[in-house]
Amino acid sequence: MLRVWQALLFLGFLAFWHAATSPTLLPPIYFDDPNKAAFFFGEPLRVFERIWIWFSSGSIYPHLGVTLLETMLAFVVGTALGLGVGLWLALSPTASALFDPYIKAVNSMPRVILAPIFGVWFGLGIASKVALGVTLVFFIVFFNVYQGVREVSHTVLANARILGASERQLLRHVYLPSAMSWVFASLHNSVGLAFVGAVVGEYLGSSQGVGYLILQAEGTFDINSVFAGILVLTAFALLLDWAVTLAERRLLVWQPKSGETEKL
Amino acid sequence: MPAAVPAIALEDITVTFVSPGGGRYTALRDTTLRVAAGEFVSVVGPTGCGKSTLLNVAVGLLQPSAGRIRVFGEPLEGLNRKAGYLFQTEALMPWRTALENVTAGLEFRHTGRQEARRQAESWLQRVGLGGFGARYPHQLSGGMRKRVALAQTLILDPQIILMDEPFSALDIQTRQLMENELLELWSANRKSVVFITHDLEEAISLSDRVVVLSAGPQAHPIGEFAIDLPRPRDVAEIRLTPRFIELHTLIWRAMKEEVLKSYAQQQRQ
Repeated sequence: MLRVWQALLFLGFLAFWHAATSPTLLPPIYFDDPNKAAFFFGEPLRVFERIWIWFSSGSIYPHLGVTLLETMLAFVVGTALGLGVGLWLALSPTASALFDPYIKAVNSMPRVILAPIFGVWFGLGIASKVALGVTLVFFIVFFNVYQGVREVSHTVLANARILGASERQLLRHVYLPSAMSWVFASLHNSVGLAFVGAVVGEYLGSSQGVGYLILQAEGTFDINSVFAGILVLTAFALLLDWAVTLAERRLLVWQPKSGETEKL
Repeated sequence: MPAAVPAIALEDITVTFVSPGGGRYTALRDTTLRVAAGEFVSVVGPTGCGKSTLLNVAVGLLQPSAGRIRVFGEPLEGLNRKAGYLFQTEALMPWRTALENVTAGLEFRHTGRQEARRQAESWLQRVGLGGFGARYPHQLSGGMRKRVALAQTLILDPQIILMDEPFSALDIQTRQLMENELLELWSANRKSVVFITHDLEEAISLSDRVVVLSAGPQAHPIGEFAIDLPRPRDVAEIRLTPRFIELHTLIWRAMKEEVLKSYAQQQRQ
């Protein structure tokens, strides 16, 4: 029943959008020209027509492919770096004390502003977008790993030591699994930000990708294509999020879910 | 091995903690405890008397400020490789199943996978968790988690078993069941046990010898009592025998003053 209401809400929104922007359906309320509302806000039917053309002609696939590839690369590289640096700093108090102010500074910097610099360094191709995504993903994973290592139960650690674990084995069997649970907790955030990095990077200068499509459409005042691009991005963001939920369910079986009862 | 050499000997142990503010707290002072091979010794004392500190010293997690530790005559350096440790709080790795937790120690010692699994399964059987190997710790009850921890420690066949109030979080029935199982496991293959508890009845019903610690700070042993109750024992039944009550009265008389002292200290804080 809830799903029905949710669908109705969406349809209602589309109907309102359609009625308010159609040049012929309602007399203009705010704009003096009946076509102006459509110019600024687009028309839902045209937007869906655009999406349909993109997918039926297949012209969007290369762009989507590029955006998703950038997202994946940014996610994988950012997570690996965050994991490595997080473990290192968490286990080395000296290094952590040394780098602390710089980490804080770089983290509080609005990193989207680095996009033009990455453009200069890595060109207009995939690499500059991946670099932007990595800076966004890295800090999320880094802070979670750092926290994860710090929060390892002292008892579990002491127990593993007494059972004979070497420092290497502690890292592999205690610190890493504990940190991974925190990384997984932030998976939704980091995948989302990898996506943001890719699209924003494309939007600020590129030759392909969905961000590039939106930029092009904007340049020609093709507002319907802009909305179409946004809708496609939203749909894929939801899809990614769903994929993350599935992965999480597989990998975190050992964690109690809230409200789950003990199975005896 | 000559019988005279104790399995573990803590000699004149003093432990002083220094807080970052420069404050000092002496938890243990001039404490000596010797446990013979195959002997089951309980250490009782009021809360906060440094019982856990004593165990941490014995296992090598904590360096004493003064004193010597000998394990089968050899001075202890680093962690005590001959000892197993059963913690008061949760010590299982939550990301490993019960079986994987039990195999952990063998894995760390590079025992083959098949062999480790085989031994772990037999140990899970022995602690009564035959069909529960695939469960994660959060899917087990408190008592079952303790059994897994017991199997995890005993699978390595330690010569000395150190137990820090292992059953204090369990309800009384589960606790007595666990105590009986512990006695059964222990009597099948006698190792030295140092059992820390604040529960005098538990101490008497399990042990060969009960050592009473004074209230902290600067806790030290104030009495030692040989428990001459016959074995095998049933911990629930033995509590009703006259000799048990006699021993209980005797030890309690020694402990009472310290408990009151410790209580008064807590009130002041």
